[in-house]
Amino acid sequence: MARYLLRRTAFLLGSLLLAASLLFVLLRLLPGDPSNALLPMGATPEQIAAARRQTGSDLTLPEQYAAWLGGLVRLDLGTSYVSRLPVGGEIAARLAVTVPLTLLAFVLAVVVAVPVGFLTARRAERWYGPLLSGFAQLGIAVPVFWIGMLLVTVFALRLRLLPAGGFPREDWAEPGRALAALVLPVVAIALVMSASLIRYVRSATLEVLGSDHMRTARALGESFAGAMWRHGLRNAAAPVISILGIELATTFLGAVVVESVFALPGLGALLVEGIAEHDYPVIQGVLAVSTLAVLVIGFAADIAQRLVDPRLRTRLGRP
Amino acid sequence: MTRKFAGVAVALALALAACGSDPAAAPQKSPSSGTADATIEIGSQYEPQNLDNTGGGGQGVTEALNGNVYEGLFKLTDAGKVENLLAESQEVSDDGLTYTFKLRQGVKFHSGKALTSADVKHSIERVTAEDSQSARKSQLEVIKSVAAPDDRTVVVTLASRSISLVYNLSYVWIVNADAKDLATSEDGTGPYKLGVWKRGSTLSLEPFPGYWGPRPANGGVVFHYFTEATALNNALLTGAVDIVTSEQSPDALGQFTGNADYKVSEGHSTTKLLLAFNDRKAPFDKPLVRKAVSSAIDDAKLLESIWAGHGSLIGSMVPPTDPWYEDLTTIDPYDVELAKRQLAEAGYAKGFRFTLDTPNYDPHPTAATFIKSELAKVGITVDINVITADEWYSKVFKNHDFAATLQEHVNDRDVVWYGNPDFYWGYDNKQVTDWIKQAEQAKTAEEQTGLLKKANRQIAEDAASDWLYLYPQIVVASSKLSGYPVNGLNSQFSAYGIKKG
Repeated sequence: MARYLLRRTAFLLGSLLLAASLLFVLLRLLPGDPSNALLPMGATPEQIAAARRQTGSDLTLPEQYAAWLGGLVRLDLGTSYVSRLPVGGEIAARLAVTVPLTLLAFVLAVVVAVPVGFLTARRAERWYGPLLSGFAQLGIAVPVFWIGMLLVTVFALRLRLLPAGGFPREDWAEPGRALAALVLPVVAIALVMSASLIRYVRSATLEVLGSDHMRTARALGESFAGAMWRHGLRNAAAPVISILGIELATTFLGAVVVESVFALPGLGALLVEGIAEHDYPVIQGVLAVSTLAVLVIGFAADIAQRLVDPRLRTRLGRP
Repeated sequence: MTRKFAGVAVALALALAACGSDPAAAPQKSPSSGTADATIEIGSQYEPQNLDNTGGGGQGVTEALNGNVYEGLFKLTDAGKVENLLAESQEVSDDGLTYTFKLRQGVKFHSGKALTSADVKHSIERVTAEDSQSARKSQLEVIKSVAAPDDRTVVVTLASRSISLVYNLSYVWIVNADAKDLATSEDGTGPYKLGVWKRGSTLSLEPFPGYWGPRPANGGVVFHYFTEATALNNALLTGAVDIVTSEQSPDALGQFTGNADYKVSEGHSTTKLLLAFNDRKAPFDKPLVRKAVSSAIDDAKLLESIWAGHGSLIGSMVPPTDPWYEDLTTIDPYDVELAKRQLAEAGYAKGFRFTLDTPNYDPHPTAATFIKSELAKVGITVDINVITADEWYSKVFKNHDFAATLQEHVNDRDVVWYGNPDFYWGYDNKQVTDWIKQAEQAKTAEEQTGLLKKANRQIAEDAASDWLYLYPQIVVASSKLSGYPVNGLNSQFSAYGIKKG
């Protein structure tokens, strides 16, 4: 396991370096110039030259690349061209919104999807089986921003139970208000996420329910719950865990849509601002952090899978 | 097993619901002891990019800090008048080249330092400095030197007469000469000091106890920034904000008009939507072609479809709040037959084809589609090329690589750009250039006004650009609020007089 961890960590760092380099190249291919965001209407040639110096647009590409990678190694993401604030600090402030948002939504989605998915499979013949499947289908078809707007209309504008958007100025120093600000966005994401999770849980459960070893276990006298607990769940869990990893990563990256509907100062919003202003340090920093997050989630999902499924350990864990 | 899972789900749902009904979490705000202590929550779509108006802070920094945190020697009132602020008096030499300003006494910076003429000298030189990104840099280039003979006196010497000097100085923030990092912090003399700027979310201002004037009518303000107009309107509907500085979503106005809880005011804006031609290149080097295009587009219908009856038509670059405004909408009236005749006369009887560079944000794409369908009626084919603001700046503004483009021009008194043949649209009329130069060197305001009226009329006659319409400036506020600015000239938003209750 230790060697495996080491190898995975090396792989992770390698991927990060590759992603950082790709990012650098792709950003430079975009038309436009970062100095533009600083310039007023009617800027003179001297003002344009000064802005280019300030944003480092006058440096050669290798120089810019070396500065970017050098900073990354020192864990220094640089300073925003536009706001002049350190990018690391800006990202940290945004993560304080996006990470709780993603994790809460993820937990809620799992807590809803696993039992519901299981039920739709186990009770496919009862009236609520197809009904729940139907809801899951609907949830996949409906875009998350629309659900968000619907929730705002009902719970914020009509019932006045929750804020329509924004995040308290005091951040998590006011945990009640911070949580309240996240309830509707969390529910919006969780609804959509659980809709697709339900389908995976359902098909994994169906597969296990129809399997030979479950039948054998029952034939040997185990109760349904006992057989499910000892033999069924583990087998159903493995494919679901890899989907969970992907879902979590997608939600983290896709939170921007919900952040925009609910006016939350999250990471996605920072990225969008950065792109609009051609603010290289911000774009590169956000994408590097997101890449790292996705890689770490994948890593964690792999390990979790190996823990529930010993076969993976024997096949891949040893040379 | 399943029941246990369901139990957890229910518990979590309850926990979330409980957070929601927590009284501290409700969107209503805690009652304040008196109106003078109430915090005003302001909703806006224009977040500052940084806090320095000479360093690319953009429209948002003017809105939040101009007059609130920073003051100039003069101020531009909401009615468009220039008044003394940190300057107590001014004297102009007979040749109009030397201005002597006496500073108001007892003015302190937020850091505690007393204001002296050295700070004023530093502040003006910051704007005219080589690396300054101030939009006023070119207008103030006429300044030859700034001297501070004593603590209370500032002497500005000009290279040539500049009748707009005092007006232009109203945009120059007086900053502490010792202040550092003005992009992320501040040291001004205004009635408010900066509380906290949470980028992407809020910026708060607190009353400055050492302010030279009476304290503000409120206990502080918080600007809340939104990227989505809908989210901003929802915040106003739920009481999370008290006022919206500039409503950009006419569809949403129905929720507020005719509702006793809100007041909708339509003031004067200075933002113009332009179909700007590249006057250097065929076919738009011919005034007749430009006039034909202007006549082929029904501006009134465009304005109606975008702003639903708000806003106005101007017919040239000058908005009604500028002293040299004239209604010129009759010069190139909407007339398809006239447009066809003009095109034929210019040698384009069969029309032509051009690419319209269109910024990717509202209202430009909508306007582009409308223009495309209007021009199709006179045989002109429009290829819409959607670009980002950033690309626009490189392609159109810097490289002049375009045939025609859409762009909003936000500032007042910006007709003067037609006197600069190097400006992106490349309008080059010697007569207009001279008039605009002479206007700046005029001895009296009447003389200046007369010359700029002539210039404004001439550019309309030449259809230098097509001025599609003037934006409305719509402020929506809770009816408990009073004392807020309604015109928002040049995106200023003075919070000083706003009262709640």
